[in-house]
Amino acid sequence: MTVDEALVKYCLRLGDDAMILGHRLSELCSKGPYLEEDIALTNISLDLFGQTRMMYTTAGELEGKGRKEDDFAYNRLEPEFENVLLVEQPNGHFGNTIARQLIFSVFYYHLFSELKNSPNENLAAFAAKSVKETTYHMRHSAEWVVRLGDGTEESHWRIKDALNEIWSYRHELFEQDEVDTTLVEAGLIPDTTTLKARFENSIKEVLDRATIDEVAEGWKATGGRRGHHSEYLGHILPIFQSIPRTYPDSTWS
Amino acid sequence: MEDVNKLEAFQAKIDREEKIEPKDWMPADYRKHLIRQISQHAHSEVVGMQPEGQWISRAPSLRAKVVLLAKVQDEAGHGLYLYSAAESLSISRDELLEQLHTEKAKYSSIFNYPTLTWADMGAVGWLVDGAAIVNQVSLQRTSYGPYSRGMVRICKEESFHQRQGYEVISDMALGSPEQKQMAQDALNRMWWPSLMMFGPHDADSPNTGNATKWKIKRETNDELRQKFIDKTVQQAEVIGLTIPDPDLKWNEERGHYDFGKIDWSELKEVIHGCGPCNKQRLNHHRKAHEEGAWVREAANAYAQKQRDKKKVA
Repeated sequence: MTVDEALVKYCLRLGDDAMILGHRLSELCSKGPYLEEDIALTNISLDLFGQTRMMYTTAGELEGKGRKEDDFAYNRLEPEFENVLLVEQPNGHFGNTIARQLIFSVFYYHLFSELKNSPNENLAAFAAKSVKETTYHMRHSAEWVVRLGDGTEESHWRIKDALNEIWSYRHELFEQDEVDTTLVEAGLIPDTTTLKARFENSIKEVLDRATIDEVAEGWKATGGRRGHHSEYLGHILPIFQSIPRTYPDSTWS
Repeated sequence: MEDVNKLEAFQAKIDREEKIEPKDWMPADYRKHLIRQISQHAHSEVVGMQPEGQWISRAPSLRAKVVLLAKVQDEAGHGLYLYSAAESLSISRDELLEQLHTEKAKYSSIFNYPTLTWADMGAVGWLVDGAAIVNQVSLQRTSYGPYSRGMVRICKEESFHQRQGYEVISDMALGSPEQKQMAQDALNRMWWPSLMMFGPHDADSPNTGNATKWKIKRETNDELRQKFIDKTVQQAEVIGLTIPDPDLKWNEERGHYDFGKIDWSELKEVIHGCGPCNKQRLNHHRKAHEEGAWVREAANAYAQKQRDKKKVA
């Protein structure tokens, strides 16, 4: 695999993660526990779609085959998406949404903090912009985990349950295959093994404040980066892509 | 006697075009009228998130998706300004939501119609927001300060929404035959309900009363409706869509378009809960509110614990 090929794949994966989670959060529009929180969740969704567009556009330019952002979003099938399974998981109740967001945002906060120093200008510019947004997303989900954990008895068990369910989906974020090793060797992206301790410390700080002592391990999620998804993606894409697929002869602005 | 003096001073202030502020004395009916109107307006923004929100996941391009998402989010923001304006009249958000859920407070009936195709995202912005702007521009001069200032902010954003809607519908009207058909169908379904957004004819309007004297309302329903029709007819012509009213024609003498008879019996049905989506919209809002109860309780409990800790310290 050449560095250029790896770069295209890497950008698409960043875009895929952001797009599917952006979609999940957009499903919550008008369903928030109150109006301010509705706005907060859709704000995160908007940021993620912004990141998606930037990464798909960059991937298309690097690939040089004339593909645009919408070609990646609307004209690929499930196995061609290489997002982690974490982002496909259903919104569930508010605690499930927040637990999923915490893991995602903490990981990406640490990744972007390093990636912004990449000698690759595209990645560096993307990470510099995204780390600011992700800092807010991380703070938002961390503050909620604390409030739910140290709120009422009900909220405590709900957020604890939610964390137990989703915690093992973190592993996939640290996986490295040929795409990653090629780019690590070229010095363009950080080695995710170096991020693991920082990720776990950040999570532990939040859990301590939330009075949650321990989170259970479950099935070690894997497969997304190879296009092997959970059942959920097959329900997301047909809706997401429905209009361009139903009217292939029409164009949409 | 004191109240008579206060009432005169209040009216004089309004006549001088000065704004009434939350701490100023105001007649009980003025307060009541404003709470009714502002809360209805706030609920409309919030319930209005649903017919558009359900299309976010199906937006046909990433650009269209973020534009729609941002638009629906703006509506949530408008709901917030308006709830705050209503709260300044000494009613809580909980009470306002309770009134919505028990159907004591209303919201605009337009949101009880379904959005059936992507063209409806154009029609809602073009017609529904277009009609709302006509009303809201007028309300920027309303006599209650917080409401008036809220309207100034809201109008700025609404004009973007209206342009966004017109862009969607014109692209479709000028697009493939299938798209054009969807655009025309959306106009056919939304036109008459949009005209009804301005409320009954002036002669049959039950809530006007002192609203004009107190300058809560600056123009009548019929005046506003006419303004909307006059500006919209040409916009339809430019993109080759036909307004579904055979009686619509320019009246040189009046300097306005004449238009056909509005079917008020339909509006009455919808207002009284028998529109296609009344139950769906309210149930959606109730469900989200009920499912969020444990989250709100947790946030309150946490805040209380923090206050208690401070006291001990």
